[in-house]
Amino acid sequence: MAMTQQELVDMLSSLTLFADLTRPQLEQVAHKMTEESFPVGQRILRQGFTGTGFYVILDGEVAVKIDGEERARLAKGDFFGEMSILLGEPPVADIVTMRQLHVLHLGGPELEGFLRDHPQVMYRMLKAVALRLRNASRWRS
Amino acid sequence: MAELDQRPFPPGDYPVVVVGSGPGGIQASYFLKSLGIEHAVISADPSPGGMFRRFPFFQRLLSWTKPYAPVARDDRFYEWYDWNSLLADEPGARAIMPTLMDGTSSFPSRPEMEANLAAFVERAGLAVRYDCSWEGTRRDGERFVLATPDGEYRCQAAIFAVGVAQPYLPDIPGFDLVAHYVDTRAAETYAGKRLFIVGKENSGFELATGLLQWAQRIVLASPRPAKLSVNTHSLLGVRARYVLPIEDQNLGGGVFLLNASIERIERAPSAGFRVVCIRSENGAELSVEADEVIAATGFTCPLRDLPDLGVAVFGRTGLPAMTNYYESATVPGIYFAGSIGQGVGGMKKYGLPANSGAVHGARYNARTMVRHLAATHFGVELPKAEVKPEALIDLLLAEATRAPELWNQKSYLARAFSLDTGTGIRDEGVVSLAQFVDEEGPAAVAIAVETDDLGDIHPAVYVRDTGRPAVETLLVSNPLHDFRSVENRAQLSSLLSGATAGAVR
Repeated sequence: MAMTQQELVDMLSSLTLFADLTRPQLEQVAHKMTEESFPVGQRILRQGFTGTGFYVILDGEVAVKIDGEERARLAKGDFFGEMSILLGEPPVADIVTMRQLHVLHLGGPELEGFLRDHPQVMYRMLKAVALRLRNASRWRS
Repeated sequence: MAELDQRPFPPGDYPVVVVGSGPGGIQASYFLKSLGIEHAVISADPSPGGMFRRFPFFQRLLSWTKPYAPVARDDRFYEWYDWNSLLADEPGARAIMPTLMDGTSSFPSRPEMEANLAAFVERAGLAVRYDCSWEGTRRDGERFVLATPDGEYRCQAAIFAVGVAQPYLPDIPGFDLVAHYVDTRAAETYAGKRLFIVGKENSGFELATGLLQWAQRIVLASPRPAKLSVNTHSLLGVRARYVLPIEDQNLGGGVFLLNASIERIERAPSAGFRVVCIRSENGAELSVEADEVIAATGFTCPLRDLPDLGVAVFGRTGLPAMTNYYESATVPGIYFAGSIGQGVGGMKKYGLPANSGAVHGARYNARTMVRHLAATHFGVELPKAEVKPEALIDLLLAEATRAPELWNQKSYLARAFSLDTGTGIRDEGVVSLAQFVDEEGPAAVAIAVETDDLGDIHPAVYVRDTGRPAVETLLVSNPLHDFRSVENRAQLSSLLSGATAGAVR
């Protein structure tokens, strides 16, 4: 979807990950991250590949697949790619586009500086990862 | 009696219509012609060149053409040293750029680049219907209909190479009062002025560099700090030739780089403008007075009514959502060439983009796009040469060391070979790396050149078993970028031992 800079900033302000940022900070996020689009069926993260990035979904849907088996779906406001960047390891899952995808992208090497510049985003990310961990533990038990 | 219109391609029905006569349009036309695909080329401009008919304003291009290279100019490998010539098979149409440069720089001037593109059209025997603007599009059954003042063009497939060329102004109060980059005047008219440039990417720094000796003061502002290409290890960021304003700021010479978002721009009570900014560092308001404000805020895609036809676009630039073959992701048969191809991100390893927005990337994209279009719409397939198993490893490492496609489009284009047990090893040519690793095809191997986060340049090999995802293996770099080492041969030999044995009949 085409949107102006101000519409993008408005959309970012509605996402949980960026909920604590001021408008100038949201403008900075909009400038630091790049918008990308992926057609249906394309992998965005590839299991075992180096050099991945961090993505925030603005529109569309992806599937999380491990060894070809679907484990979860992610949609608007969800993010992915942070685990492999933080651990410095290739992703353990494929992320595959299920519906035409519009994302914000940040190159892997920039994530640490980005989170240090925006500790509120780091806190929100930590909460989301903790939730994922708790749900995964429940699922296993 | 009215004069007969001598221009080529009168309105009518063509298998393919190409819109645009910049590098993307004429390169696509060249490949269509070479594959024997009948097509029309129409352009709103009066002559070839596209954006190079006007830009860049100051100085020179950012893309090199090195007159003295380790390989001859008629060699394919010379393309790595010449980013500005378009691709051709005929010797007369190859490597035109270095023959037109005056020898004062390895970066051509704008007029030299424009002459290069005009010479290519002439020497490659291409035709363009100039002064014929595409004004609208509709469907008629299976065909697209392009409206122009000259009449309607009907086609099975259309290629839009219209650039990312429409000036973009943010929807922030006051931007309607100021000039866009494209409205920049002659440098001397800024003598003694206080200049405010919105944007800290290459176009902003191009203006700051060109006006440095004229302006009294230059302020550049955008929310995030400027990235420098020498730090990103790529063409991402401000190029080395434009860092003079940064040095000037560091020495206190009258250039100021602000990390700030623009809140509003208003006319100052006396004369000029007041730019109200919010500083990124602390959220504090800062007002800057300036005699002139220039918005170096980029461009969008002039896609006219294509979104009404169902072509999905995304983002601030309005780029179309595309497949790896530059076909609209939502309207099959609509293709894109030239700088619009930057909308196909590819692998983007470590966040480094491909060079699809520049001629030296887009010219190869046009080739993969046209070959795909020719195969899927017209059943035209190029023969695939057979490769002897004992030659494969040398070929892969030679490509990684020298192939211009792999060096110009790192982590984006790859040289691929299929390893089918029935047909032996076949040369699949240069392919989209993302397509290769994601599609389920026959057993195959592809090699690419990649840069990591530390700037190390090395080959990467992707081996795909039939019906299974490709597996990545990084090979070892070399200080002089010659990857044909014993170590890499051994690594490839081990990776391919099973696969190539199966491919030998």
